[in-house]
Amino acid sequence: MLQVAILTILLYAFWVLMSGFFTPFLLAAGFGCALLVAWLAHRMEVVDREGHPFHLTWAALAYWPWLVKEILKSAIDVARVILDPALPATPTVVRFRPRQRSVVGLVTHANSITLTPGTLSIEVGRDEFMVHAFTREGAAATVDSDMDRRVERFEGSA
Amino acid sequence: MSLALEALSWILIVSGSLFCVTGALGLVRLRGFYTRTHAASLVDSAGAGLLLAGLLLQAGWTLVAVKLVMIGLLIFFTSPAATHALANAALARGLAPDAEGEGVPSKR
Repeated sequence: MLQVAILTILLYAFWVLMSGFFTPFLLAAGFGCALLVAWLAHRMEVVDREGHPFHLTWAALAYWPWLVKEILKSAIDVARVILDPALPATPTVVRFRPRQRSVVGLVTHANSITLTPGTLSIEVGRDEFMVHAFTREGAAATVDSDMDRRVERFEGSA
Repeated sequence: MSLALEALSWILIVSGSLFCVTGALGLVRLRGFYTRTHAASLVDSAGAGLLLAGLLLQAGWTLVAVKLVMIGLLIFFTSPAATHALANAALARGLAPDAEGEGVPSKR
């Protein structure tokens, strides 16, 4: 029930901020719509811990800034390779076992890998990740990485 | 808007644009499907991210800023999913990631 309540509030906040209308009738109509959507989602049984992991909000706020920093660092690495006249790209494929056990944790790890320039998750499973890396060094850094441990802590903080 | 904010905003916008151009250049220069995907991801993570951050500073505390944040979140969640789906589809169709010519750079 708490999930549905949070979803309603978030939907309403989203509606208000996107519309920019502040007349009483429209504000009420927007709230009605938010309620209706939340109720429908509840009836469809899609409001669960996996689909709406609100309990991870604080952990995400701690993890995202670190991820942004990693994205910028590896973006510079990839840009340097592309702009190098010799084009020293060494595409490599690695397979390794992720530490995460929950679906949200696995998805977060795989998405973080793909979001970081220079590494790309090709196949994702509970027991094995298959990652394509732009350089050999990037591939080596993906296995048993800092990211792996951080996402494990992130999912564990639920 | 203060001069410092204005300057920071333009630094972010220009560096974001540079990443977009570099990504596009990589898309042309590199060979092989998976390798090119890395160049494309430079555009939608670092390029789009820095551009949006720069525009956010231009917008200030307005509803436009909220919309920019929403666009950023949308890209943040959907672009890795789309990239992964693309790479996974290529793999499912039998395009081996370490196929011949994958690592060979083009000269021009």
